[in-house]
Amino acid sequence: MPLLELDGVDAAYGELRALWGLDLRVEEGETLAVVGANGAGKSTLLKTIAGVMHPTAGRVRFDGRDVADVADHRRVALGISLVPEGRRIFRSLTVQENLQVGAYSRRPGPWDLAAVFDAFPLLADRRNRIGAHLSGGEQQATAIGRALMANPRLLLLDEVSLGLAPVVVGDIYRALPTIAAKGTTVLVVEQDLGQALSVADRLQCLLEGRTVLEAPAVELTREQVAAAYFGLEEAP
Amino acid sequence: MSAAKEAPHAVVRRGGRSSVAGAAVMVAAVVVLAVWVPYNVSLGGLTQLVGLFSLIILATTWNLLAGYGGLVSIGQQAFIGAGGYGVIYLADAVGLPLVIALLLAAVVAGLLAFVTSFLVFRLVGGYFAIGTWVLAEGFKLLTTQVDALGGGSGLSLQAFSGTDRVTRIATVYWLGLALAVIVVVATYVLMRSPVGLGLTAIRDDVKAASSLGVHVRRWQRFVYVAASAGAGLAGALIAVNALRVSPDSIYSVNYSAFMIFIVVIGGLGTIEGPIIGAVVFFVLQQQLSSYGTWYLVALGALAVVVVLFAPTGVWGLLTRGRLEMFPLGHRVEVDRPAAAGGGRAGRRSATRA
Amino acid sequence: MTWVNAVVQGLLLGGQYALLACGLSLVFGVMRIVNLAHGALAVTAAYLTLWLSQRTSLPLVVCLVASVLVFAGVGYLLQRGLLNRALRGGELAPLLVTFGLAVIVVNLLQEIATANSRSISIGGLATSSTRIVDGLSIGVFSLLTLVVAVALIGLIQLFLSRTAVGRAMRATSDDPGAARLMGIDDRHMYGLATAIAVGSVAAAGAFLGMSTQFTPGYGDLVLIFAFEAVIIGGLGSLWGTLLGGLVLGVAQTVGAQVEPAYGILFGHVVFLAVLALKPSGLMPRTVTA
Repeated sequence: MPLLELDGVDAAYGELRALWGLDLRVEEGETLAVVGANGAGKSTLLKTIAGVMHPTAGRVRFDGRDVADVADHRRVALGISLVPEGRRIFRSLTVQENLQVGAYSRRPGPWDLAAVFDAFPLLADRRNRIGAHLSGGEQQATAIGRALMANPRLLLLDEVSLGLAPVVVGDIYRALPTIAAKGTTVLVVEQDLGQALSVADRLQCLLEGRTVLEAPAVELTREQVAAAYFGLEEAP
Repeated sequence: MSAAKEAPHAVVRRGGRSSVAGAAVMVAAVVVLAVWVPYNVSLGGLTQLVGLFSLIILATTWNLLAGYGGLVSIGQQAFIGAGGYGVIYLADAVGLPLVIALLLAAVVAGLLAFVTSFLVFRLVGGYFAIGTWVLAEGFKLLTTQVDALGGGSGLSLQAFSGTDRVTRIATVYWLGLALAVIVVVATYVLMRSPVGLGLTAIRDDVKAASSLGVHVRRWQRFVYVAASAGAGLAGALIAVNALRVSPDSIYSVNYSAFMIFIVVIGGLGTIEGPIIGAVVFFVLQQQLSSYGTWYLVALGALAVVVVLFAPTGVWGLLTRGRLEMFPLGHRVEVDRPAAAGGGRAGRRSATRA
Repeated sequence: MTWVNAVVQGLLLGGQYALLACGLSLVFGVMRIVNLAHGALAVTAAYLTLWLSQRTSLPLVVCLVASVLVFAGVGYLLQRGLLNRALRGGELAPLLVTFGLAVIVVNLLQEIATANSRSISIGGLATSSTRIVDGLSIGVFSLLTLVVAVALIGLIQLFLSRTAVGRAMRATSDDPGAARLMGIDDRHMYGLATAIAVGSVAAAGAFLGMSTQFTPGYGDLVLIFAFEAVIIGGLGSLWGTLLGGLVLGVAQTVGAQVEPAYGILFGHVVFLAVLALKPSGLMPRTVTA
């Protein structure tokens, strides 16, 4: 049984439809990268899984259970944590407090303050600095650490690389194998194909709200993905 | 819209047949109030109707402030008081003719609003609201310290001594009706001008308006001064109608309660809403007057329910936005002869939200 | 010595204002709502405490605690039932709703309890005082009020900075959407914040009723003084609110020393002066969310 299963999901912002009958599966323990251009529906997909948006049709199952009637703030207790686009860390709280708030749902598991500081050493030095005074990379690390504190079974990462310097992005992506090694299933949404291919077991490419390519990462070349990404040819 | 593609004869117009009919009803109502009512209603009834006229002025100007300027004030009684004391002082102590004193009192209230705006405009949102109230309390305390204004006991109007009761009440009645009509029409004209367009933009979205180059603070200050001058005018009318002012009643925060309830119940951000709300309020106040302050409890509850469940107010519920007696917006109509549009049609394509 | 006495009495009076104001400050800090029914709720709590102490044989302290608990519950329900809904209606709706509530409450009190002034009897405590030197003595009850104010503000601060729920409340204040992603129900947090605020204003109202005569309309003054304390101190800072309360208290007693009728007016003048010269208040919050 897949950990996460989407069947024919439609989602829309009012009149504007963002997802068209989307199917998606994530097995426990794997890392899936969802790629696509701006407006492909990637963020909508994550919001729908996290319960921030509600699908207008189709089903979202987590661990075999239909989660349609579970509110966003209750999905954390089930084990779904979203690192939102734009990071949205709590600006008046210190790094450590941000992380502590992440543990609000008190799910047991391997992640605690020490484990997060281990995975993101730069945060340990900044633990008493407030969110408003952090750099973009520090904010992103805090946001991921904060989500990990809930000990999620499924970690949703939205555009981790957005607006960050390449060297910082590299630092953050280096922590992902550590996360996967602790048994956390990861669904990462990216525009940066190189980073996506480097961490993912499997890759799914969206174009205008529909899947145009889906395959294990090792079987794919950058060119194939790029062609699907821009909609240059029919998916194989 | 795809309709525009199919029908090239789209026309931008203001109002329509319904608003012509609406305007006719309004004009008829004013005519009845002006020529029939004074000869068929008791003197006590006329005095009460002057109360309704001052409520219409208060509600219309508060609506200008909150509904269009986005400024919730609960301290307009500062300017009601300034107008009330102003008219009696100017008429009796200075000796100006009553009408001049009345208008000048409104100007004084506007000037006071301009000066004090530099203080209260440092506060935003709810703190602006209470800040204006503190200002009103300050005005009240200062007034009680001035002997020329009668200290804590207030002033009585002497200008009418020697005038018989019928003439006095009739004069005040017509004066009140004229002022209410002038304030409503002036507000309407203001809202149809480019100023109104800027204000509507502020009401809809302050941030977007300022990024579009609307000088939000300047317009808000203008609205604050205009609305406070209107409150001063209403205060002067109240004082002339009652023949006296005292600090505790003319500076009462209840006036703010009245204004807010009237506008909210009638329909915030419309010209018609405050008039409808004032009539509803007036009738309820008359009907429930034997039950003490229960009418305020009922009105408060009604206002809360309206804010939460029907934010467009009674007027919005009645018309669902289809009818405007005072058309402010521009509407695109399709497949009608272009000639019917009227002179102003088509100059702007904004549609009122 | 009369001036020293005026300042000392002002500080003691300021304790009462700080106690009245801290709930207003907390609710604004968490939700950016100004609760215009704050003063009306304080006075209602004074009536409830009075009623309990007259109708039951319970000690006054128990009556006070009971009404604090009742009002905390009322605050939670008020937030979950009305204000959360109002929050979704933009900036004007919470103001209009709380103002409507204030008018309803005051007029209901007027009808039920009449406009006669009342006070809660505390026996000898009302008059007992400690003489420091000649011409300067400190009332035991007003000192107790100040101590309670400082303790309450300290406790709320401790709650906000040291407990998981307190951190969650601050996080919700920064970004309610992100807080929901952490498993925090923002509506529940708002409910708790208002419960604390209304509970604290109930305590403040009871203390007020023990120190002075009150009527249903007294809530207007309460709201204004609490508001002045919050603005003088600086928005979003509870210790600032304490300072603001003390400054307001001193301004009023020193003003009254100059001329008895000037007390409240001096308070307003100091408030307006702070607004003109240092509009962010004396102890503004350093981070704006």
